[in-house]
Amino acid sequence: MNAVTKDTKATLQPFQPRLDAVKGLERTAALGALHRVGLPDRRVEEWKYTGLRFLAETPFAGPVRAYDATWAQAELQRLGVTAGVGAALARLVFVNGYYAPDLSVLPEGVSVAFFSKTGSFGPLACPDREALTALNTALAEDGAQISVPAGVDGGHVLLVSLGQAQAGAPISFHPRHSVHVAEGGKLRLTCIQGGQGRYLHNPVLEVSVAARAELNHLTIQSESDEAASLATLYAQIDERGAYNSFVLGVGAALARHEVHARLSAAHAQVHVNGAQRLRAKQHGDISSVITHAAPDCISRQTVRNVLDGQSRGVFQGKVLVERIAQKTDGYQMNQALLLSEHAEIDAKPELEIYADDVKCSHGATVGALDDDQMFYLRSRGVPEAEARQILIHAFLEEALDLIADETAHALSAHIMATRYPLSGEEA
Amino acid sequence: MTQFLDISGLCARIDADGQEKEILRGVDLSIPPGEVHAIMGPNGCGKSTLSYVLAGREDYEVTAGSVTFHGKDLLEMEPEERAAAGLFLAFQAPIELPGVNNANFLRTAVNAVRRARGQEELDAVAFLKTAREAAKALSMAPDMLKRNVNVGFSGGEKKRNEVLQMTLLQPSFAILDETDSGLDVDALRIVAEGVNRMRSPQFSALVITHHKRLLDYLKPDRIHVMAKGRIIHSGGPELAEQIDTEGYTRFLAEAA
Repeated sequence: MNAVTKDTKATLQPFQPRLDAVKGLERTAALGALHRVGLPDRRVEEWKYTGLRFLAETPFAGPVRAYDATWAQAELQRLGVTAGVGAALARLVFVNGYYAPDLSVLPEGVSVAFFSKTGSFGPLACPDREALTALNTALAEDGAQISVPAGVDGGHVLLVSLGQAQAGAPISFHPRHSVHVAEGGKLRLTCIQGGQGRYLHNPVLEVSVAARAELNHLTIQSESDEAASLATLYAQIDERGAYNSFVLGVGAALARHEVHARLSAAHAQVHVNGAQRLRAKQHGDISSVITHAAPDCISRQTVRNVLDGQSRGVFQGKVLVERIAQKTDGYQMNQALLLSEHAEIDAKPELEIYADDVKCSHGATVGALDDDQMFYLRSRGVPEAEARQILIHAFLEEALDLIADETAHALSAHIMATRYPLSGEEA
Repeated sequence: MTQFLDISGLCARIDADGQEKEILRGVDLSIPPGEVHAIMGPNGCGKSTLSYVLAGREDYEVTAGSVTFHGKDLLEMEPEERAAAGLFLAFQAPIELPGVNNANFLRTAVNAVRRARGQEELDAVAFLKTAREAAKALSMAPDMLKRNVNVGFSGGEKKRNEVLQMTLLQPSFAILDETDSGLDVDALRIVAEGVNRMRSPQFSALVITHHKRLLDYLKPDRIHVMAKGRIIHSGGPELAEQIDTEGYTRFLAEAA
């Protein structure tokens, strides 16, 4: 036992000064869980393809509230938050994990509280099961607690995270957000993440969608190229509620977007879609567990990956259909386009079904750019590099088309165009 | 030598499952400016291979011979450079491009070619106007510009889309690889009229076909019979009638 304790202490070493100061019931319990199991290594099945060793090797310090306002404003422009279609929307901006009122525009008709004031943890997250959630629970500084009243359309709200780390001084921040859409309510939420320097962004987001409520949620992960982004999302969807989520991953050196979605009452529906485009040595992991805990629910999952350079994409998708969940309708598809012989995709689809009257399908494809399509475009005069971009864009667009909201789609297109400008004409 | 398109002693092979297969075995063919020539021949004789080699498909390895186009070495050029130089291939089986909007595709292609030819690019409005008119002349439904390239198109719609591309790209030399296959009588007429509208002293075409009917519309200047990777016989438009009634047997026997 002593050896284990030592070992977990070692992996948590960068966080130790902050962990030693932890107070309060939830935080202490989370810390206990964290010390019991430590941060997961690759022997843990859920973490087989994504290693966290760098966490123990990077001296992450706690975040400071002060930030460079000029830089933050420029970054918001670059991310399309204060320019283009984003400019008209309400926004809650967090810098290094702390709410930045000067950069924010509060939404109307939607109630917003802050974790730093309320200190209240939600009921959905599982710190004793997920170590990164435990780390978040122990260290959470701030976060938005968004609540849409019954029957209200809360419009479109941006939840923005900026990370700003100075060279040679890595920091970590652990925001604790929650969104609740009450019965019959509606909300469009777009989370946009950007930043500079080396930092760890370790957010937890709890989502609860009440009966007949609808939440359309887009996450655009465009973090600093040196950053680690380890996000865990818990969603619960009540009767006839709909949670339509999409994650677009283009940033960070290492990213994991982990979703736990629970369809808790009949006729609920969830979409856990996504796309990622990675290059160089980027590592992007999209993992999810979708639990059908009630009959007549629908889950949909389409994830597309474009991988260049020595990048690595991971898709782990588990669909768990409980015994009570008869007439479940589940669909899962993961597709990858490999642009380089050194790129890699690890796909692990899993179906675990205990009900006997269900319709569940899943599939995975891996391929390179199609020679026939390339030749067709080039034979029409389109130069090779442009033809490649057109086909890559088309492959991703078939996933991005699942973002139904036009404004959200435009926000994602803006980030894609910023990260991957097309040479010449846009197709 | 025509100084327009001259193919001389062209040999090409393909690597099929590790086995090298000779397909073109010394093709000699010259097409002067302003003329429409047809190639007919039994299946597997190398007609489509010839069209792919001329358009620059990389699967084929040219082992001997030369092709000059407007006085330049065509075989040295990338496919996109050939298109810019004025060559167009209408595919026998047009390729589907899921996720690529047809109008955007056409504009990207037209502007890439215009850029390469030193012409001014067309803006979206000017392009759409031109494209709509050209599509209408081919009796294409207006929504075909909004759909993804060839996705969900019928066989006839795909062929019309090829002719539409040809019309917009304004090549000086077009190869039509069995553009008539799978077309009903009305579609065939519309496609043929589309090609005939291109005819001018500056435009030539090489039409690959199995059927006399398309040639009745296009009235080719010369007809060539291809077999076993070579042109084995050439003649005037009357050859189509002869092949239609007698088949290729006599030409094959003469060449043997």
